[in-house]
Order: sequence, then C-alpha cells, then structure tokens
Amino acid sequence: MKQIVASLLAVLILAVSAPGVVLAQSGPLRIEITEGVVEPLPYAVPDFVGETAGAQQLAQQIARVVADDLTGSGLFREVPREAHISQITSFGSPVQFADWKAINAQALVTGAVSSEGGRIVVKFRVWDVFAGSELGQGMQFAGTPDGWRRMAHKVADQVYSRITGESGYFDSRVVFVSESGPKDQRSKRLAVMDYDGASVQYLTGGNALVLAPRFSEDGQRVLYTSYETGMPRVHVLEVGTVQSRILQGQDGVMSFAPRFAPNGQTVVYSLTQGSNTDIWAMDIASGGTRQLTSAPSIETAPSYSPDGSQIVFESDRSGTQQLYVMSASGGEARRISFGQGRYSTPVWSPRGDMIAFTKQNAGRFHIGVMRTDGSEERLLTASFLDEGPTWAPNGRVIMFARETQGAQGSSSLYTVDISGRNLKRVRTPEGASDPSWGPLQ
Amino acid sequence: MRLTAKLTMLMAVLAVSACTNANRFDNGAVDLNAATGNAGGILPGSASDPSSPAYFQQTVGDRVLFAVDQSTLGPEARSTLDGQVQWLLTNSDYNAVIEGHADEQGTRAYNLALGARRANAVMEYLIAQGIPSSRLRFVSYGKERPIEICSEEACYAKNRRAVTIISAGLTG
Repeated sequence: MKQIVASLLAVLILAVSAPGVVLAQSGPLRIEITEGVVEPLPYAVPDFVGETAGAQQLAQQIARVVADDLTGSGLFREVPREAHISQITSFGSPVQFADWKAINAQALVTGAVSSEGGRIVVKFRVWDVFAGSELGQGMQFAGTPDGWRRMAHKVADQVYSRITGESGYFDSRVVFVSESGPKDQRSKRLAVMDYDGASVQYLTGGNALVLAPRFSEDGQRVLYTSYETGMPRVHVLEVGTVQSRILQGQDGVMSFAPRFAPNGQTVVYSLTQGSNTDIWAMDIASGGTRQLTSAPSIETAPSYSPDGSQIVFESDRSGTQQLYVMSASGGEARRISFGQGRYSTPVWSPRGDMIAFTKQNAGRFHIGVMRTDGSEERLLTASFLDEGPTWAPNGRVIMFARETQGAQGSSSLYTVDISGRNLKRVRTPEGASDPSWGPLQ
Repeated sequence: MRLTAKLTMLMAVLAVSACTNANRFDNGAVDLNAATGNAGGILPGSASDPSSPAYFQQTVGDRVLFAVDQSTLGPEARSTLDGQVQWLLTNSDYNAVIEGHADEQGTRAYNLALGARRANAVMEYLIAQGIPSSRLRFVSYGKERPIEICSEEACYAKNRRAVTIISAGLTG
C-alpha cells in the first residue's frame, strides 16, 4: 500500500503545464454546479488504448472506472459505447470531432495505458467536442499495476474539475464500520474503502465492539470508539501501520464521539460522568484535557469548523436534541436548529458554509443540510433510519448510513448530492455504518 | 391517569417475561435449569440457590425498563431494584455492573449517553439504598445490544433497559 502511495505521489506530468491547472474555459463545455442543474452533460469515454502487450485489459478497466465515477456523480451522462462512430485506436491520432458531435457527446475523454517493468503509465486528454479543442492539457499518472483504480479515479477527478471548475472527490477513501450478523448478534469491524466501495481493507478484528471512526484531515489517522477494555473509550489508529492505542481512558469513565480538529493536534469527544455527558478537548501530544461544556444535559457529537475556530454539537439542554455552535475554546453556545423534531450528529462542511445533520421527526429520519446560522434548512433524504452524514472532500456530496426496518434490518451506506438528487447505495461486502469521508488523495 | 396505570401494568408484564429470558451477555456458566430433582435439595450455584447469580437474574429480576427517551425509575422499576438491594446486601461477596441500553430510535452517540443516564439512575438508586459504590459500576451500550429485534414498540420497550450483571467481587 505504502509503495503505491509513494509511486502515485510521483505524478508525472506530460507536457509542461502545472498539475491540476484548469484552463479558463469560455466555450460551452462547462457545468456550473448550482441548485438548478438537472440535465447531466453527455460525454463519451471510449476504451483507453493499450499501448503495450498486456495493457489492453487494464486500459478497458480504467476507462470503465472513469465512466463510473463521472456518471455516478450525477453531473454527467455517458453516451453508450455502442453508439460510438469513431474508434480511438491511437492516443496520438487526431480526434474526429464530427463523429462525436453526431452522437451528441459534448465531452470526450481519451486515454492510453502502457506497462513496463512492473509499472503502468496512464495518460489521458479531455476534449471539448463542440469547440473542437482540447480542454486543459494531457496528463499522465504512473504507478504499480495494483494501483490502477486510483489512477482511474485521478483521471476522473481531472475531468470533473476541468468541466465543473471545482475539485473532484473520486480519489478518496472512506473509513466505516463493517457489520455482519443479525441485529442482536451484530459484529462490527473498522474498515477503509475507496469512496465507491472498492478495495476494502479491515483495520480491526470483530472481537471488540467498535463505533464511529473519524478520519484526520490528512487521512493518516482514525479516531474511533472501542469497547476493547469493556468500556467505550476513544482510540486512535495509524492507518499506515494499523497500530492503535487508547487516547482517552480513565477507569470507569466512558468516552466516545471523537473528532479531530483541523490541525490534527486536538481531539474533541464526549465524556460521561454519572448521568451527565459533556464535551471535552484533548491535546494529543501532551494528553492535557479541557472541559468545553458543563450543562447537566447530554452534549455530544462535536464537529469543528474547517478553520478550527468553532464547534457545532448536539445537546438536549432544551428538552430535545438540538444543534448548537460554540467557540472552540468552549463557553456560551448559540442554538441554530429551530424546526420541528430532533436534530443530531452535526458535521461542518469542508467549505465552511453548511452543516449536515440527522433529523428525527414524526417517526422518520432525515439527512439534511442548513447554513451555519441554521437558516435554509433542507432535508435531503427520508427513511425508517438515516443517520450520521459525512461530507465528500469537495463539499458537494454527503454519505450516510441507512438501516432498514424489522428483524431482518441491516445497515448500508448511501450517497446523496447536497441538492437532494442522485441518491445511490454504496456497494460494500457486508453491512456498513458510520462512514467518515477522507481527503482527496 | 388511566393511561399511566396501563403503562405500569404493561411494564410489569414485560419485566416478568424478561426474567424468563436468559441474558445473552451474562458470562456466568451456570446451567440455569439443571437445579431441580437433586436428592439433597438445592444445588449450589443453581437458580434455586438464593445466593446464586442465576437466582438474582431469574427470581429477583435483573432488569428495569424505561419509557421512550427517559431515564426515570417508575414504581415497578424501584420495586425490582429494592429486591436487587436486598440480594446485594445479603450476598456481599458479589459486585455488579449495570448495563444501560436504548432502543434503535435514535442516533448512536445520543443513545450511548441515554443508556448511561439509565444505568446511572439504577446505580444511584442502589447506592441510595445502601449498596457501597465501590461494588458498582456502569457501562452504556446505547442501541448496540438489543435483545429484541423487531422494529415495533413491543420490542423497543424491552430494549430500553438497564440490566444489573452480577460478578464475583474484586476484593477478597
């Protein structure tokens, strides 16, 4: 794993442009992601060209993952390959724009894969078909063959960002709880996967109950709650070595619901003393703690603003669960949720402008978003039990867990746009809950 | 008022039926039903031995139930706990862990805190009735350990519980 990451970091750039630079685009090929976007942009991804013996299969697989990413975002619609008139047989040959115009593919992604000495090189170009020109410049990624999915996601992120003007989210990972067994004998393990459910790796065995893992901002560490000692306690795990240790542990005291500060040095979490649950902060290096709330009610599910200056959390101090915002150093909190029902699990968006939450009202659960002052509340989902939103790194998509009703009920992960469109189930090998979306890699 | 009475009745019935269920989380290895028929009478450690954890679980009653989103002990719960107090006073070699639980209608972190409120309510009651706090501790499982798995109030009512688990004393 380390090797793949290292080799992927050594991104080679074809031609002379800087990586990730999007050329200013004044032509028609542009999606402005707004509330009003409903018509996905038609595009074509013919099979990439296998330039060396044995690269043909990878070339096809990579093109399919690129297409799955783009179409899966809900912003793009693939023109089926059966409709293609031109075939791309050489990466260097001129594109026959008329053939792609004829099938109304507004964007075209071409690519090639070569393999040599245990490494593969993936190169690609994005074309504005109706303008008859290249969008941005060609780019290539190199790595070991088992990193091919990540390279495909990187291609898709480039296409997404060149056309939308916003950063993508495809080359990212999600840490979650993998679940098996019936409701009354459920086994839970920590696992990480690609955002699309591929490449699942387990981080813990199934012996101790584990809950609610949370990535650090750099994706290198995971906070979670484990019953390994018999009590729920906050643990921290290094993803690279899969080594974990108890972060907060006082005998007979429960700690849970941890989350990193953006600086990665401070952790906020809930601590239960007697019947009272409050929010605390801990400096990881020194172990020094500080109590941030002191109401006799339940204060939990803290989440930092991206600049680290504020914390949103839930409290039932008013009688039911509601959302509050306070300074990261504690003190006076202001309530921001005022609608019908109970609000919980608030999470600040990476852009800083919104808060996602779980809402319970009239026997149903919803995932919703609101402005950080509580205005413009919008519910995105409704079901028997939706819970625990987490933001894609670009703040455009939310992943959450949905548990189905009844004795056979099980939990799965779903994604939904912050517009409420494009609700999709994430394929995982077993049941899954408590997702936490990591950074764009 | 009548509604309250009905609810109390319901809770009483549920409490009784709960007593007949073996607790999945009890780590005692005693065969709870193997007691009777022994020529001499009571088999030590069996459910008919009043000083056994099995007796505590089956006869005294190891659990109390709660209303939705509440941690208040009703009359039925207090009556069960009075029995627990008597047993714990008599059998002072044993300690107890009180497990708090919630039904699935709630978010994970909140239910952990709610389960802690329930377990703590039981623990405080036992302490107030004379059990030394050194013999007691509590833990919450939130909604993670339901004993009934349907998504209806009949199941939820049994899952909103605090269960007193008897363990061998740490001292002596």
